[in-house]
Amino acid sequence: MEAGKNKKQQIVKWLLIGISVLFLGIMLVLPLFVVVTEALRKGWAFYIEAITDEYTIKALILTLKATGIAVICNTIFGLCAAWALTRFHFRGKKILTTMIDVPVTVSPIIAGLIYILVFGKQSVLYPYLQQAGIKIVFAVPGIILATIFVTFPFVSRELIPVLESIGTDEEEAAALMGAKGFTIFRRVTFPHIKWAFLYGVVLCTARAMGEFGAVSVLSGHLRGKTNTLPLHVEILFNEFQYVPAFAVSSILVILAVILLVIRSIVEYRGKKET
Amino acid sequence: MRKTGKRVIPGFGLTMGVTITMLSIVVLIPLASLAVYSAKLGIREFFQVITRERVLSSFYVSFITAFAASAVNAVMGLILAWVLVRYDFPGKRLMDGMIELPFALPTAVAGIALTSLTSDQGLVGKFFAHFGIKIAYTRIGITIALVFIGIPFVVRAIQPVLEKLDGSYEEAAMVLGAKPSVIFRKVIFPELMPALFTGTGLAFGRCLGEYGSVVFIAGNKPFYTEITPLIIMSELQEYDYASATSIALVMLFVSFLILFAVNALQAHNAKRIKGGNL
Repeated sequence: MEAGKNKKQQIVKWLLIGISVLFLGIMLVLPLFVVVTEALRKGWAFYIEAITDEYTIKALILTLKATGIAVICNTIFGLCAAWALTRFHFRGKKILTTMIDVPVTVSPIIAGLIYILVFGKQSVLYPYLQQAGIKIVFAVPGIILATIFVTFPFVSRELIPVLESIGTDEEEAAALMGAKGFTIFRRVTFPHIKWAFLYGVVLCTARAMGEFGAVSVLSGHLRGKTNTLPLHVEILFNEFQYVPAFAVSSILVILAVILLVIRSIVEYRGKKET
Repeated sequence: MRKTGKRVIPGFGLTMGVTITMLSIVVLIPLASLAVYSAKLGIREFFQVITRERVLSSFYVSFITAFAASAVNAVMGLILAWVLVRYDFPGKRLMDGMIELPFALPTAVAGIALTSLTSDQGLVGKFFAHFGIKIAYTRIGITIALVFIGIPFVVRAIQPVLEKLDGSYEEAAMVLGAKPSVIFRKVIFPELMPALFTGTGLAFGRCLGEYGSVVFIAGNKPFYTEITPLIIMSELQEYDYASATSIALVMLFVSFLILFAVNALQAHNAKRIKGGNL
């Protein structure tokens, strides 16, 4: 009877694994496979031509620029917010924590909309911005702002639980012995949060690089000027230039896979150390 | 402020200052502008916009597809988390790493890949076309895109809870002679419920607002596959900011409701995890 039970459990085990593999295979692997095969459908020469197209290169540069700035901003914010929220007690802490999380729940389209309302033509700020010669909506600053918004809490969210769980004893001791703020952070705190920090930065990069909705609202779709890679994919696809669209997508797929591998390594190393 | 003198750890002023400043510039002021702008709209105008037939039908499409996708994700997320935590098999780490793919892959790329996969000429679409089922450019297509987007949320919510689950109750139930199915239903499932709801709630919220992956596969036919974010987008393209803001307000209200519910559950959940094996 024991053997029968074990056999049944084995069947359940492999059945569930089978369902999982099938599901992931169809939902996740096949789409990647399609991107690669479609991109190469007209051969390597065509592929190379598509990804070295002038507009593709310009879109890639803008994507990297917006991602870089967004990641730097959100990293600084994440470190400060995590420090302020976990090292001190103050009123309104809960509200502050919730406010930081708001950008993830807001639809990307609404994220784009609110910046249009602040900086667009109908805004009270618009005449002043125009006087100062600053263009935000339908220009690069808008794209960068939108990217910062959608990835805003990514670093802080990874850091807060780790900092909370290690407590403040070590830092208090260091402070009482006279260490300066930055020294405490670098020598005492950072070694603890190193992996969570890297993890947050990687997630933030991945998301920033691929943002579509919010950027789409604010971009104005000017080729070679305010077009990021995902927007370039959309334009090509809507023009029925399928092969180039998938070729450009493949750049994003490669970047995403690289980030996923880094993520896995970071997670693995982090788990090993704790 | 009296407390400041007692603070031992330095850096409160600096970090708090940076936090509040950046939060205000990036989140608070823009969101407030939405409130200010909508206050300028009359109540009647607001209701006129949001009760337009096309808008109402977009609410329905968004809701029904997000709901269907969340239901699929709840079941599949549970199975995936279970398989990843409880079983050992070759390729497990690869599978674990893959779960985050929908998160790392740009939504537009996912959108066009799924569209070409499920259209009548695509690998999957061709198969289903034999049975007369169309996927791309229907509500089924939207649901599939949303399943893709939502799956990591559910798996990553359940996994840590399942990992920390105290095995002694299961053992007790087994010793007492309960069947595995009964153990799962009566012992394990109730423990996983809050995490399952949290994950599904987050996925549902994300699905309601999703734009990039849906816009390609939906076909965007009014009254049939037009989702709410798309309506906002088309109002914006016509520079009708009043209508766009009104519809956005409804969406924001719903997503805040979901955020509130999920946070309440998460607080409950956190207690459970901390109270577990520590």
